[in-house]
Amino acid sequence: MSLNIRKIAVNVEETHIEAGRTISPPTRKAVAVAVISNPFAGTYTEDLTPLTDIGAELGGLLGQRCVDALGITPAQAESYGKSAMVGENGELEHAAAILHPKLGAPLRAAVEKGAALVPSSKKMGSPGQVLDVPLGHKDAAYVRSHFDGIEVSLNDAPRAGEIMVAVAVTDSGRPLPRVGGLTHEEAKGEDGLR
Amino acid sequence: MPDLILLLTVLSVYEVFHEGGPAPDTPLRRAAALAIIQNPFAGRYVEDIQPFMEDLKPLGLQMAQRLVDTLGGPQNVQGYGKGTIVGEAGELEHGALWHAPGGYAMRQLLDNSNAIVPSTKKVGGVGARLDVPITHINASYVRSHFDAMEVGCNDTPRAGELVLVLVMSTGARIHNRAGGLDAADIKGEDGLR
Repeated sequence: MSLNIRKIAVNVEETHIEAGRTISPPTRKAVAVAVISNPFAGTYTEDLTPLTDIGAELGGLLGQRCVDALGITPAQAESYGKSAMVGENGELEHAAAILHPKLGAPLRAAVEKGAALVPSSKKMGSPGQVLDVPLGHKDAAYVRSHFDGIEVSLNDAPRAGEIMVAVAVTDSGRPLPRVGGLTHEEAKGEDGLR
Repeated sequence: MPDLILLLTVLSVYEVFHEGGPAPDTPLRRAAALAIIQNPFAGRYVEDIQPFMEDLKPLGLQMAQRLVDTLGGPQNVQGYGKGTIVGEAGELEHGALWHAPGGYAMRQLLDNSNAIVPSTKKVGGVGARLDVPITHINASYVRSHFDAMEVGCNDTPRAGELVLVLVMSTGARIHNRAGGLDAADIKGEDGLR
């Protein structure tokens, strides 16, 4: 019951112009998604440990894919997020078992530090459905310029017995941030909040 | 500042009895309040947008109150989240205006809500959906309460509109068994644990 990946996709979004204004350097977000077999599809299984182990593998793998796609050093990563969408023969809890117990530590290793909670979302879904991955600053959750999100979808996933697992990493906040609050430069990054 | 012009509200309630496993005594409920408003900054670049956050505060409170009432009182609310969809004539940054008025409205009505309100945002077309993250209101690391709610409305956001969203939940995921920090064990001091 080990990790069985059918597909990996990586998207990088670069925003060069926002509201008619040039963004230089462009803000960049990467999202890496893996489509895996759900070992518990069609059953109710009490012990979900195998999924937590899969989560640990995917945290490192997908985090590294994002960092590679952005062409940055781990220290240059500024925000992150994680999400999962479970095909219809699975259960929402399967997403929780992948995302929460063990995915975070190897992801944090891939982006260096990561004092803040990794923001997350999860749902049941079908092929082609859109999954929103929330984004927050990796060291200080209250940095307001870095609250964001990125969509991911694949036309052929998740099939009924599959799970889509996504990790997103950025090297920047939103373009043209101007709603105030704690800034990236002011953040201490010690307690994960400020 | 232009007035806040409210076009439409939506209230959705999910009641989850079981998901193939043993049904708990109390079903999980998730509720979402959507407010669709005109985007006062649509179609042009405006530098100083922060005053509009003040205008959004009463709307935030109304929406939060509606959710609290729907779920039967503040004592029933254990999780929350917020989000924004910006119509195509707007800018992602307009969605960020909802952070303070949306988040603090819920925290004002809910006792022991020390946790940051999780959020997401995007620019989208008519019928766009948004997965709004949910976490425990008093300790972000409570693992059983990590959840999300997909929201949207078929005829919105039009180009010049904003969809503002608040969500609340009444408890842990159905069949939660992914371990981690339990709601019964939180200290509730730092908003995290």
